[in-house]
Amino acid sequence: MANTLFDKVWDSHVVRHVQDGPDVFFIDRHFIHEVTSPVAFLGLESRGNSVVYPARTFATADHNTPTINQHLPVADPLSANQLDALENNAAKHGISHWGLGDENNGIVHVVGPENGITLPGATIVCGDSHTSTHGAFGAIAFGIGTSEVEMVLSTQCIMQPKPMKMRINVTGALGLGVTAKDVALYIIAKQTTSGATGYFVEYAGDVFEDMSMEGRMTVCNLSIEMGARGGMIAPDEKTYEYIKGRAQTPKGAAWDKAMKYWETLYTEEDAAFDVEFTYDAADIEPMITYGTNPGMGMGVTKSIPTAESLEGGVETYRKSLGYMSFNEGDSMIGKEIDFIFLGSCTNGRIEDFRGFCSIVKGRQKASNVTAWLVPGSHKVVAQIKEEGLDKIITDAGFVLREPGCSACLAMNDDKVPSGKLSVSTSNRNFEGRQGPGSRTLLASPLVAAASAIQGVVTDPRTLLV
Amino acid sequence: MAYDKFQVLTSTAYPLPTENVDTDQIIPARFLKATERIDFDVNFFRDWRYNQDGSPKPEFPLNKEIYAGSKILVGGRNFGSGSSREHAAWSVYDFGLRCVISSAFADIFKNNCLNVGVLPVQVSVAFADTLFAAIMADPKTEITVDLPNQRVTLVVTGVSESFVINTYKKDNMLNGFDDIDYLKNIENEITAFAKTRPF
Repeated sequence: MANTLFDKVWDSHVVRHVQDGPDVFFIDRHFIHEVTSPVAFLGLESRGNSVVYPARTFATADHNTPTINQHLPVADPLSANQLDALENNAAKHGISHWGLGDENNGIVHVVGPENGITLPGATIVCGDSHTSTHGAFGAIAFGIGTSEVEMVLSTQCIMQPKPMKMRINVTGALGLGVTAKDVALYIIAKQTTSGATGYFVEYAGDVFEDMSMEGRMTVCNLSIEMGARGGMIAPDEKTYEYIKGRAQTPKGAAWDKAMKYWETLYTEEDAAFDVEFTYDAADIEPMITYGTNPGMGMGVTKSIPTAESLEGGVETYRKSLGYMSFNEGDSMIGKEIDFIFLGSCTNGRIEDFRGFCSIVKGRQKASNVTAWLVPGSHKVVAQIKEEGLDKIITDAGFVLREPGCSACLAMNDDKVPSGKLSVSTSNRNFEGRQGPGSRTLLASPLVAAASAIQGVVTDPRTLLV
Repeated sequence: MAYDKFQVLTSTAYPLPTENVDTDQIIPARFLKATERIDFDVNFFRDWRYNQDGSPKPEFPLNKEIYAGSKILVGGRNFGSGSSREHAAWSVYDFGLRCVISSAFADIFKNNCLNVGVLPVQVSVAFADTLFAAIMADPKTEITVDLPNQRVTLVVTGVSESFVINTYKKDNMLNGFDDIDYLKNIENEITAFAKTRPF
C-alpha cells in the first residue's frame, strides 16, 4: 500500500501496538519549559524513576520570563521559582538547559529549529500545543500534557492512537501583502476551530513549496488552532539548506546517511488520505480575526458575518462578539486599536521582523498605539541587529524587547489591559488570552505594522504600493 | 499521578452549553505558575466564575447552588480546545468532577483527562441536547455514566446512549492504572527499539 509522509514517520516510531488501544510511540526529541514540566519531574521522582535518555530532552525558559531587564533577578517570586525548578531539574538529570540570558535561549519552537534539534523524520513532543511548529521540517511534532512529559522523561515513549490523515493543498501564488500567517488563518477560518480534530495534516501544493522555512513554521504552528494534533510539510532542498551546519544537525557521514533517509520522506502518489481539501491562493487576502477563537477570521476588507450565515450556535457566536464589543456587519478596517504585539512562536522569527520593517520603515508609530516587539530568540535579536532592522524599528518610534512568549499568553507582565484592543501576530484570540478582559485581533506582521502606523486596523496593501 | 478508580457514576450535572470552551477559560495562564499540583480548583474557570474584583458571577452555572456537588459537567461542542496545559484537566478533577460529557472534545484535553482520572464521554449532538434540556427543566436531573458497559443514561427517562473508549484506556480508568505503569513494564522492548533510531 502506498504511504503518506505521515505514515512513514509515524509507523517507523511505533514500538508496539496495544490491541484495541494506542500505539507505544517513540519520541526522538523532547522539549521542556518551565510551566508544564515541574509536576512531571515531581511525578518521576515520587515513583523513583530516572530520566532514561537525558540527551533527547532539551530545556529552555520562555513562557514565564520577563522581556525587559533579563539580566536582573526575576521580580515575580512565583515565576522565579518556576525558572529555578526548570534549571534545577535539568541540572539534576543531566538535561541541557538554556536559561534566561543564555545565547541559545528563546521560545522553544524558535530555538529548536535554530539549533538543528528539529530534523526531518523525527518525532518531537513538548508540553505545549504549538509544538506542531516543527512539522515544517517533515517531523511529526505535537503538544502533550504533563503526564506525558513524565512518560517521555521516564520511558522516552508516550501512548497515542494514530490520528486520521488530512491533506490541505493550497495552489497558485500568493498576492501582494499576503503571508504564511494569512494562509493559515484562511485555512482555519474554512475549517473552523475544531474542523481538523482527530487529524494530522499534511500541507501540500505550490504555496507551501514556494514558502520559506519561517513561513512553513508559521503554518504548521497554527495547525492546532483548527483542532489538528499537528501539521507537516515534506522536506525539500529548502529544508536541508536551513538545517545544514546548525549546531546539532548531523555532520559528515552522519549527514549523508540521514539525507538518504530524508529523501524517502514524501507522500507517494496513490497514498490515501481520510479527507482532503484544496484552496486557491488567489482567494486569500490579508486576514484578521474578529471573535474569540482563531476560526473566526476573514479577509481584512470584509465585514463581520451575521450569526445566521454561519454554522454553529448563535448564542456562542453572539457571546463572542459581545466580548469583543463588535457587531455583526461591522467592518474591521478603521477600528481604533490600543496595542500591537509582534512576536510568539507563530511570528517571532527574522522574516516576521523583516516584514514588519518593510512597512514601518520611514514612517512613525501612531501615538495611540502601545507596541510590543518581542523577538523569538536571542539569535533572532542578533540577526535583527546584523541586518540593521533595529535602527528602522527605533527610528519609527518602536522599542525592541528581549525574547520570550510574552504577551501571547501574558503569563509575565506583558498584559493587554482589560477592554483594550490589540492587533497581535500570536496564535490565540481567546477571551482574556492576552490579559483579563483583553481583546485580540490575530493577524500577520504586515497587518500589525500597518495598524501600528495608522492607529486603526489597516490593510497593509495600502502601505505597500 | 494516582487517581480514584472510575466504575459507575450517578450524579447531577453542571450544564455549560457554550461551544469551543478553551483551556484558557478552564484555567487562565496567569494561574499556571505553581511547581506542584495543588488546589487547581481555586481558579477553575476563574474569569467566568468571578468578576475582576473577585466577587462571584451568580449566573454562571458552576456558581449556582442548585448544581453544587455535581460530579459531571455537560459541556458544549469542542470542549477543551487550545492550550495543552494539563492544569485544565487537573482543575476539573480538583473541582470534584469525574466526568465531562460533550458532543466533541479537543484531542489534547481529552487525552489529558484520561491521564488524570476524568472520563471524557463523547455523545451525539442530539443526546447532548437532550441532556441540556433535561437539566434546564430540572436542575436535579441525574445522569448515570456506566464505564464497564460504556453507556450514559438520563436516569429519569431511562433514555441512554453508548460511548466509545478503547479497551486499554477503559481498563486503566476502571483500575486507576496509568500509562507509566504500562511503559515501565516494557522497558526492555523500548531500549531495544531506541538502539535502532538513527538520531
